[in-house]
Amino acid sequence: MKTPARTGTFHLSGSAQGPALVLSQALSFWGGIDVETGDIIDHSHPDLGGNIAGKILVMPSGRGSSSSSSVLAEAIRRGTAPAGIILERPDPILAVGAIVAEFLYEISMPLVVCDMSGIVSGDRIAIGLGEDAQAMVSKL
Amino acid sequence: MTLELTAGDQSMLHGEQGSAAAAAMKILVAFSKAVGARKLLDIAGAHIDGCLYHGQASLDFVEMLIEGGGRVRVPTTLNVGSFDLIHPGLVKMPVSQETPARRLMKAHLELGCQATFTCAPYQTRFRPRFGEQIAWGESNAIVFANSVIGARTNRYGDFIDLCCAMTGRAPAWGLHLSENRRGQVLFELTDAAFEPSDALFVGVGLIIGQRARDRIPVISGLPQPRDEDQLKALGAAAATTGAVALFHAVGITPEAKTPDEALHGLAPEEKIRISRADIHHALARLSSVPDGVQLAAVSLGTPHFSHEEWMRLLPLLREVGPGKGVPIYVNTGRATLTRLQDEGALAGMEAFGLVPVTDTCTYVTSILERLDGVVMTNSGKWAHYAPGNIGVSVAFGDMEDCVRSAAAGRVVRGAP
Repeated sequence: MKTPARTGTFHLSGSAQGPALVLSQALSFWGGIDVETGDIIDHSHPDLGGNIAGKILVMPSGRGSSSSSSVLAEAIRRGTAPAGIILERPDPILAVGAIVAEFLYEISMPLVVCDMSGIVSGDRIAIGLGEDAQAMVSKL
Repeated sequence: MTLELTAGDQSMLHGEQGSAAAAAMKILVAFSKAVGARKLLDIAGAHIDGCLYHGQASLDFVEMLIEGGGRVRVPTTLNVGSFDLIHPGLVKMPVSQETPARRLMKAHLELGCQATFTCAPYQTRFRPRFGEQIAWGESNAIVFANSVIGARTNRYGDFIDLCCAMTGRAPAWGLHLSENRRGQVLFELTDAAFEPSDALFVGVGLIIGQRARDRIPVISGLPQPRDEDQLKALGAAAATTGAVALFHAVGITPEAKTPDEALHGLAPEEKIRISRADIHHALARLSSVPDGVQLAAVSLGTPHFSHEEWMRLLPLLREVGPGKGVPIYVNTGRATLTRLQDEGALAGMEAFGLVPVTDTCTYVTSILERLDGVVMTNSGKWAHYAPGNIGVSVAFGDMEDCVRSAAAGRVVRGAP
């Protein structure tokens, strides 16, 4: 059964679908992700050993080093990035990585800021374009 | 919300000033809209965190700007790269990685950036002044510029810092604007008379990073630091465990002469007490090994060692006299190294195992001879990132503990 969609703000617009990976803590892409595999390698992170590739990554915010933009752009180029990212709070560092990757490689990885409550890992999530250029996030 | 662009911005955007400036402005505009800025503002300088080779994307971006005839429009410093250009034998890297890593550093110079290759641009002649608008990358540099100097930058990441430098503009939002520099969470050091030890500043940084989240921390009860290196360590730790871009320390940092000034006359949204036990707990989490284990190396200088830190280290090396058994790597800026060499300060120091590292950092590239052992550091940032980045086990201690441990060949802490 389809639940009602929630709306959000796009940092980078686009559409994507995939299983949710919900992180309770913010993750720094730099030092936190192996760009060749998409594995989470931050030893202090509770989701150490998880993998972000092809997921809809859901987390409260970005964190840590400003090098995360490059790591995200490279992951997008290699196909090890999430299919889309949902954040509760804006994160311009991740936004830049996504914008540049789209600019260089014409690969779109939507980045949405919206409420993440009620989304659990494994839910199939779709991100799409709603009215007035708003993001629509729905569980499939 | 609309973004207002000046005639100059429009001219760049429409390609009248070359295709590189147009590309940079296009990305800057997209970014500015994403953060909800209403206009752009002029910047006095930039610091680019784009020289670490994270893969092809890093290089593709810079090459695109060079092909488009790009040139930075403001004085622009460069953060560390993946390679020590001054000591080329130090970094052990396959040619397939070395070639693009070196090219990335050189390509930035072709855009007119300065060959500083340091994460501590505030220790160079390009140090900004109080109140100046700048666009800086590198989390420790950002928090230092905002907090210790009172210059104004947001947390700019790779790419966007270069877009700001190429256009001389930054979005007028966040910490560029006075009203957004208000402290929001008050951290109170409660136990009377904290000693201003290096470890205290690291511990406070770790805690405010964890607990402030995206709010601006105000610290009260912090003892007067010995020097700005202790504030550098605090900021670096806070920007490691959290996203802190600005902290105020009452009676210490320039926008916090009083609690009222730091909080802009408002009540804090939350008060958090920091006890001696909290500091101890935060620091204990940095070490993954007990005292007494065998040591493979010591790594100091994250962020890059200042001249003052060298002036504390060198007498300590002479006094303790570690042999060459445990290498002591010290990351520093090339300008600082040149000054030390001109002063003759480093003569004979290799006998103590000293290995100066410039242009890069021991936890972002393969420099350490041995990765199977325990590495000791006085840096909260190094201790946090090195296990994930290069796979070592870490022991945290202050500079003196590190040097005494190097001499002993095993981890010793709490030296007299």
